[in-house]
Amino acid sequence: MNKEKNDKVKMLADKCQQMRRLIVKMIAEAGSGHPGGSLSCVEIMACLYFAVLNHRPHQPYWSQRDRFHLSKGHACPCWYAALSLSGYFEEKELWTLRKFGSLLQGHPDRRTPGVDVASGSLGQGLSVSIGMSLAAKIDQEERKVYCLLGDGELEEGNVWEAAMAAAHFKLDNLCAIVDYNRFQIDGSVEKIMNIEPLGDKWKAFGWKVREVDGHNIEELLEAFGSFKTTKGKPTVIIAHTIKGKGVSFMENVVDFHGRAPTKAETEKALKELGED
Amino acid sequence: MGELVYARDVYGHTLVELGKKDERIVVLDADLSSSTRTSFFAKEFPQRFLNLGVAEQNMMATAAGLAACGKIVFVSTFSMFATARALDQVRNTIAYNNFNVKIVATHGGLTVGEDGASHQALEDVAFMRSIPNMRVIVPADAPEAKEAVLAAYREEGPFYIRLGRSKVASLEKREKFELGKGYILAAGEDIAIVACGIMVKEALLARQMLSAEGITPYVINIHTVKPFDKDLIVEVAKKVKGFVVCEEHSVTGGLGSSVAEALADLLPRPLRRIGVRDKFGQSGSPAQLLEAYGLKANNISEAVRSLLKWKV
Repeated sequence: MNKEKNDKVKMLADKCQQMRRLIVKMIAEAGSGHPGGSLSCVEIMACLYFAVLNHRPHQPYWSQRDRFHLSKGHACPCWYAALSLSGYFEEKELWTLRKFGSLLQGHPDRRTPGVDVASGSLGQGLSVSIGMSLAAKIDQEERKVYCLLGDGELEEGNVWEAAMAAAHFKLDNLCAIVDYNRFQIDGSVEKIMNIEPLGDKWKAFGWKVREVDGHNIEELLEAFGSFKTTKGKPTVIIAHTIKGKGVSFMENVVDFHGRAPTKAETEKALKELGED
Repeated sequence: MGELVYARDVYGHTLVELGKKDERIVVLDADLSSSTRTSFFAKEFPQRFLNLGVAEQNMMATAAGLAACGKIVFVSTFSMFATARALDQVRNTIAYNNFNVKIVATHGGLTVGEDGASHQALEDVAFMRSIPNMRVIVPADAPEAKEAVLAAYREEGPFYIRLGRSKVASLEKREKFELGKGYILAAGEDIAIVACGIMVKEALLARQMLSAEGITPYVINIHTVKPFDKDLIVEVAKKVKGFVVCEEHSVTGGLGSSVAEALADLLPRPLRRIGVRDKFGQSGSPAQLLEAYGLKANNISEAVRSLLKWKV
């Protein structure tokens, strides 16, 4: 690996550690939230916000910005961590998450700098992203659109309406990422409502499909790079991830889909994540 | 009676006019463009027209994404599918974000006719009226439909405009269209008939029938169901004993409810609601259906008479 690339991967790995600590701390402070699915998409979000997206954090409404939409809105602590570290707002806002009057709502909301469209009701984000991609096409602009989906979310029919439309309109400026952490609230995705064969489904709908280890920064960067050179069809990156990644006692534990860690769990988690 | 015109024809032509002067306008349809008349716009501006196929949920959320990038989006399909089918998308992704999406739905109400209950939206106004940020207009005729579309274009944020399938007779008399304002179409005494959509014409017919008996109720046209013109209702309530409210919609949650709420809040008066009473529609000609469901001028007249006799 050349030095420049090596430095970038190291920088991103460092951002991931910082983001994980912020996620655990902000959910603990809020007393509720979704740690599992926030921790599983950290590498994806770090790559987007610190390497892939063309954006200006101090000018959140810059018209030429790439668009990012978090369709799995419940993972917003991860988004808020990325936005805050990018400079969209001050870190202290993170400690107001889910509190009355906060800039940071329990699910994404436009009052937050950097959030263009609210989300939370699952299954609609890919359609929203199609609208953003179509706007760029109509305006003949180079803006790219990135949309992060959950795996359980793929059980929503609206997602497949969108999958059909994106390929129909040949939206090669649209990149969907599936955070495939294999768990949803009630248990494993495979047991609740199996979504396999997932890659084949997207292929059949007309998408370019990339499968990566969603915690491997190099693989993610390579996949995002290949999206930018793909013409004539939308790209989906199926990112195989671990729910609760980075905190040993949260990994693959369904219970942490939607509950905050206790004080003791928070301390233990932060210690594992290298907090001084 | 005035000229018979399809309000949806006028909608289609108005979209073309707007498309010529404003490049931000994008139009979406879900495989009903020939019926909703968005096909007129599609022909003129193929680059800014998108047919999303039979997938209304995707269409509504796509509209939100376009609006998030500065487009003024007109979205059309039948009332049933624009509201009931895609309600979550309209609520959470269009209205909650307060996006510039104008839902202009056609084929609202019983007068869809022969297609029957599955296609006769009778709850759409109730659905849309209950959503914050959403403005709701039910035009009485084609000229009013045009004014409604222009108002929705001028004003930021989401709108729901409900048009019918059938031709409608244009009102012979009207006041300047003002969003959120109703107006007195005929002044009178004792009772006020409040109506929207095609029921405005029936209300005028009822007044004509009643005048032979020496009864001259007010007739009020409320095209904008939301924001609702409470001031006008209170002003008229001070002069009358009761209200009859008429709509081609369920009596639950639409114009009747709006008037009832305003009166209960501000100046209670007895009220009769003319509308569909917690029932689904069925196949039949529009005229047969309006009669069978009690939405004709004689039903309105009867309600006025009964209110006049009514003692607390």
